Amino acid sequence: MSHAEKDSFGAKLGMWLFLFTEMLLFGGVFILYSVYLTRYPKEFGLGGHQLDLVFGATNTVVLLTSSLFAAMSVTAIKRGAKQLTLGLLSGTIGCALIFLFIKYLEWSAKFHHGIYPNSPKLIAGPPGESIFFSLYYLSTGLHGIHVIIGGILMTWTAVMVQKGILNSADNVTLENVTLYWHLVDLVWIFIFPLYYLIL
Amino acid sequence: MEHTEHILSYGKLTAVWVALLVLTAATIMVTRFELGVWKVWAALAIASVKSGLVIAFFMHMKYEPRLFRIILFVALFTLAGFIGGTFFDVLYR
Amino acid sequence: MSQDTAMAQGGFWRDTGRSGIGSWIFSTDHKRIGMMYLYCVLSFFLVGVVLGFLIRLELIAPGPTIVTAQTYNALFTVHGVVMIFLFIIPGIPASFGNLVLPIQLGARDVAFPRVNLLSWWLYAIGAVIVLVSLFTGGGAPDTGWTFYVPFSARTSTNVSLAVFGVFVLGFSSILTGINFITTIHRMRAPGMTWTRLPLFTWSLYATAWVQVLATPIIAITLLLVVTERILGLGLFDPNRGGDPVMYQHMFWIYSHPAVYIMILPGMGVISDIIPVFSRKPIFGYKMIAFSSLAIAAAGSAVWGHHMYTSGMSDLGVLVFSFLTFIVAIPSAIKVFNWVSTMYKGSISLEAPMLFALSFILLFSIGGLSGLILGAAATDIHVHDTHFVVGHFHYVMFGGTGFAFFAAAHYWLPKYYGRRYKEKPAIFGWILMFVGFNVMYFTMQVLGMEGMPRRYYDYLPEFARLNFVATVGSWILVAGIVIVVWNLWRGLFRGEPFTGNPWGGATLEWSIATPPPTENFDEDPVVTHGPYEFKGAGIP
Repeated sequence: MSHAEKDSFGAKLGMWLFLFTEMLLFGGVFILYSVYLTRYPKEFGLGGHQLDLVFGATNTVVLLTSSLFAAMSVTAIKRGAKQLTLGLLSGTIGCALIFLFIKYLEWSAKFHHGIYPNSPKLIAGPPGESIFFSLYYLSTGLHGIHVIIGGILMTWTAVMVQKGILNSADNVTLENVTLYWHLVDLVWIFIFPLYYLIL
Repeated sequence: MEHTEHILSYGKLTAVWVALLVLTAATIMVTRFELGVWKVWAALAIASVKSGLVIAFFMHMKYEPRLFRIILFVALFTLAGFIGGTFFDVLYR
Repeated sequence: MSQDTAMAQGGFWRDTGRSGIGSWIFSTDHKRIGMMYLYCVLSFFLVGVVLGFLIRLELIAPGPTIVTAQTYNALFTVHGVVMIFLFIIPGIPASFGNLVLPIQLGARDVAFPRVNLLSWWLYAIGAVIVLVSLFTGGGAPDTGWTFYVPFSARTSTNVSLAVFGVFVLGFSSILTGINFITTIHRMRAPGMTWTRLPLFTWSLYATAWVQVLATPIIAITLLLVVTERILGLGLFDPNRGGDPVMYQHMFWIYSHPAVYIMILPGMGVISDIIPVFSRKPIFGYKMIAFSSLAIAAAGSAVWGHHMYTSGMSDLGVLVFSFLTFIVAIPSAIKVFNWVSTMYKGSISLEAPMLFALSFILLFSIGGLSGLILGAAATDIHVHDTHFVVGHFHYVMFGGTGFAFFAAAHYWLPKYYGRRYKEKPAIFGWILMFVGFNVMYFTMQVLGMEGMPRRYYDYLPEFARLNFVATVGSWILVAGIVIVVWNLWRGLFRGEPFTGNPWGGATLEWSIATPPPTENFDEDPVVTHGPYEFKGAGIP
């Protein structure tokens, strides 16, 4: 193949490889979670009951919807519907902001109750509980950073669509950014039951 | 090597989204029962189905060449190996 | 490098749109990026050598000799961090991989040239952060390169910044890995089938997979050390229910596969050099290619063998010990195939070949001593002694380090268009080889006798052998100085180097010297295998 033409297959392959590294990054947290869950099932159960199911479930729906918009935006740009693509991308970014806002409410409520890393309440409590909340903050914090990065990437992509740099013929960048966004969603699909629902 | 591009319809994507919402509701319901350890496995199983749907449709994996599925399997297998190896220590200490 | 030498060389040295330093640090040409990596890793190698030299000098006699105990702790930590993260992990793949890989595939560049440049920038930034961490905050880290908790979470030295620097370096490594995998899948020239890939490229492919799949685990682990220090998460703190052994698991889940990031490209270099200097096709091509993948796969499942004395479960020890022995099989396949390639070959003992031959011997010694460490029963005896230090220097330095110099003597003349002098190269090699063995074999004996590693002081009965090892380090350093000086002088002022004097059949030998910016005038079509010397148009 000539070196000049754009290789969208290669670009997607590279993106998937990058997504694997993200999976394994969160996988590292998952290793710790699974080990400590087997060691402290009771404390994890008690900790999980202190998390707000309404916040968690709402955020799940918000993220799934954002993922739908992202997936639809790929269909839209391939069919040449520029305005629709921009609308759907805005929808995704909007969902990301809602997600972060809910996360903010949730974290502040926890902080208010004296539950934050290294807080006197957690140090005084049973060992497993401190571990549970440390993992909770670690996972959701790391995930939140990815939501922020994903939102920024989405905005950048929207600008490129607006300028016509990304169009019905050349849109692999949009595809790759949505792939990243779906990964953020995938991680949450596991975080939600493991922290909010289990035990 | 090259393949014709497959464009997913809005209807199909919406159907996947509905399925994902239903499965989310199902996880919440299942974990309300007293299942003990099985709760973890039930929740993980449903989460795996959900992520399977996201990967297959939202992420187009179903329509990508086989290479992509092979390397995805390699990555997941590696992660499973890391977790499994750790448990040889943790479970039998 | 001075302007006039660069002008004299032509090729990719001259042909560029920009001028000055911008034509380097913003270049997306894989050869220029490879050169920048080469200069960086070589500089850090020399820094690491000086630090190692000082460690050995301190140990020349019992008791305090040249530095204080705290400085000694910092010395072995920084020696480890510099050698591992700044030299040996990027060493061969990022420098020679970038220089050679696209040309061996018949491509004009890697799949993502800009990501490649980003990768170098991340490497440079990470390196600067690590260097800054040595002179700021509470002083250079004193934890050893492994950053084990709980000490790393408590020490007042500047661990957080150093660890963050290593995190950035990991990012660089991941991006190189992604780039190489995609390049090998997508950029092969017509006719370059998977079974015509040069074995150096095959080894880089296996390496890249390890880089992609294992490095994220060290990223999260190092982030955990930083959060432990800053936020007090308590995930590894036994008082709060954490488990320090989990840190060791996560650290070695990356850091054991990482030793295959270090050694696999070295094996690839050897697989390319041996057939050329034996004038014989490689023996067992498919098995060597396959064994690279097998080493990468098996090597990812053996991390627990660093932890036999950590309080891991007995079943865990058994399983990891068993899996460790499996890694020996593909490694041995390679050694047998290299030796079989030389059998009845027309061997010419030039500098690259001498380094390659010493690689086989030193790597075999290191590999066999690795089995002593892999077997749980014997490991308990020699764990954390100088035997371990001797072992990993045999595989890392005797293996990868010698392969690095083999690659330098083999490929660099091609890229500079000038060559080094043969006699000083061979003289330097002899000194390196002798000094190396005097130093590290003595260390293994010391370890068998019970001398622990990382200790500032030792019992008088170890004094004599420690003296011998230190003398070995002087010979080794003298050899390194001669080899590097000879390369440096030769590549800038030596005799012109043109064509294909060694008769290599891989694609890099078919293009102009030094390679032009676009590598190939017209897209090549590959019609023969990488080691088919007959009919490949070789003089």
